[in-house]
Amino acid sequence: MTVTTDTVSSNTVISARGLDLTFQTNDGPIHALKDINLDIGKGEFVSFIGPSGCGKTTFLRVIADLEAPTAGEVAVNGMTPAEARRNRAYGYVFQAAGLYPWRTIGGNIRLPLEIMGYSRQEQEERVARTLSLVDLDGFDRKYPWQLSGGMQQRASIARALAFDADILLMDEPFGALDEIVRDHLNEQLLALWARTEKTIGFVTHSIPEAVYLSTKIVVMSPRPGRITEIIESDLPRERPLDIRESQAFLEIAHRVREGLRAGHSYD
Amino acid sequence: MFRNLAPVLTVLAVLVVIWYGAAIVMNAPWAQDRAAKQGKTLGFSELVANTMSQERPRLPPPHQVGQELWKTTVEKKVTSKRSLVFHGWITLSATFWGFLLGTTLGLLMAVGIVYFRTLEMSLMPWAIVSQTIPIVALAPMIIVLLAALGIEERGVAKAIISAYLCYFPVLVGMVKGLRSPAAMQLDLLKTYSASGFEIFWKLRLPSSVPYLFTSLKVGIAAALVGTIVGELPTGAIRGLGARILIGDQFGNPIMIWSALFAAAILAGALVTIVGLLQKLALRKMGMAE
Repeated sequence: MTVTTDTVSSNTVISARGLDLTFQTNDGPIHALKDINLDIGKGEFVSFIGPSGCGKTTFLRVIADLEAPTAGEVAVNGMTPAEARRNRAYGYVFQAAGLYPWRTIGGNIRLPLEIMGYSRQEQEERVARTLSLVDLDGFDRKYPWQLSGGMQQRASIARALAFDADILLMDEPFGALDEIVRDHLNEQLLALWARTEKTIGFVTHSIPEAVYLSTKIVVMSPRPGRITEIIESDLPRERPLDIRESQAFLEIAHRVREGLRAGHSYD
Repeated sequence: MFRNLAPVLTVLAVLVVIWYGAAIVMNAPWAQDRAAKQGKTLGFSELVANTMSQERPRLPPPHQVGQELWKTTVEKKVTSKRSLVFHGWITLSATFWGFLLGTTLGLLMAVGIVYFRTLEMSLMPWAIVSQTIPIVALAPMIIVLLAALGIEERGVAKAIISAYLCYFPVLVGMVKGLRSPAAMQLDLLKTYSASGFEIFWKLRLPSSVPYLFTSLKVGIAAALVGTIVGELPTGAIRGLGARILIGDQFGNPIMIWSALFAAAILAGALVTIVGLLQKLALRKMGMAE
């Protein structure tokens, strides 16, 4: 463990206490989240991993105020999720890039800025700055269909970074991409995280991805969706791709796998 | 180009052949009656020649319709009461107003239905019912009603009847179009705390553009049909619908068919124009297929 409990609580950005969420569906209630307790410190990179239906995406959506919990409490920057959303506390990256086809890449990144009322000049500056953060300099006038899937997803990350949110919530952002592109984007994401010092919540179902990226890995299990294990990673923050062949990396990956297996033994 | 054209031309050729065949069969009895009264019998080639050139044929063959179209468009002055360009223009302008009115109505209703659940429950069933009433039955009532209100101008009645047919495809298409953004897109705007107006203006409306143009194509053709139907019972003497009616009353099938073809050509042209606008708009928006 690299971080002591004390520093976590003084720097806590996101905290969940006794969180419960039950969806009422036509097939009866679904217990999506059960008794979730978690603290995420400032500047942490936290991955949520688990099989489908474990509630990892739902938890991210609760933090973003896209779902309302049925019981328990969540605080984001010391506020309720709704207040945090209105205060533009986070940028959200979805599984699909979801760029507007009728807007250029620049226009897509400008979208949140227009809604949030930034001046024209400020918009231009921020578009240029965030495009270079994701290595898409000079692409602002291109349309989404002119970009590859990986580039589109980078543009959607730029869109989430365009305004000054300290938290970046990412819901399987690279899930639909092939492994080579994914490796590359993971590397870039780490570099971006180091440069911007944002707090990142990252949903994935890839063990190597979770271990490679995270300072903390939250292992979840389905029916009801719950946290089975929280693994603090002691890998250095500086991570070249070949760290994935190191002994330390493999050990953490092994612990994650064991955690996932333990969660499954219920059914 | 030829690959696209060949099937169309083949079908056209088949239709023309069938049409000529039908013209011979349908026009033959009259020719034989006449010959019988004069104590003559017609040979096959005489009979065919006769069916091709009757003054009031039951079914005018294509070339007669073509000749009439040519005479009443190119050879007549456009101000003449016998010019199809003149009558076409009357119909076209009423179609335009009906299209404008119907499209506006359809758009407003679609926005209302997408945003207010009560409107969806109350308005949508009536919109569907409105299209099950035959417009031919409704048109005279609209005219009588307007006359009772003191509006004698026929153009108004025609535009309303035209709009009545035209608003529905726009309504249905736009409800679908405005609802086309995926849940994820709406979630994204929620994370920005976007207002309802911003969601409409920045997401729903642009997403609906492809649907809008598809609806407009159906809508403008429906508006033209509506106008022509509106010209039938009004006792109108101007417009393509009036030409069809007059041709019927005076037993002049060539006039009916040429007016019919003029209407079809007009409809084709209108739909093509909307189609071109669609291409331009979608290319400009980066959404061209």
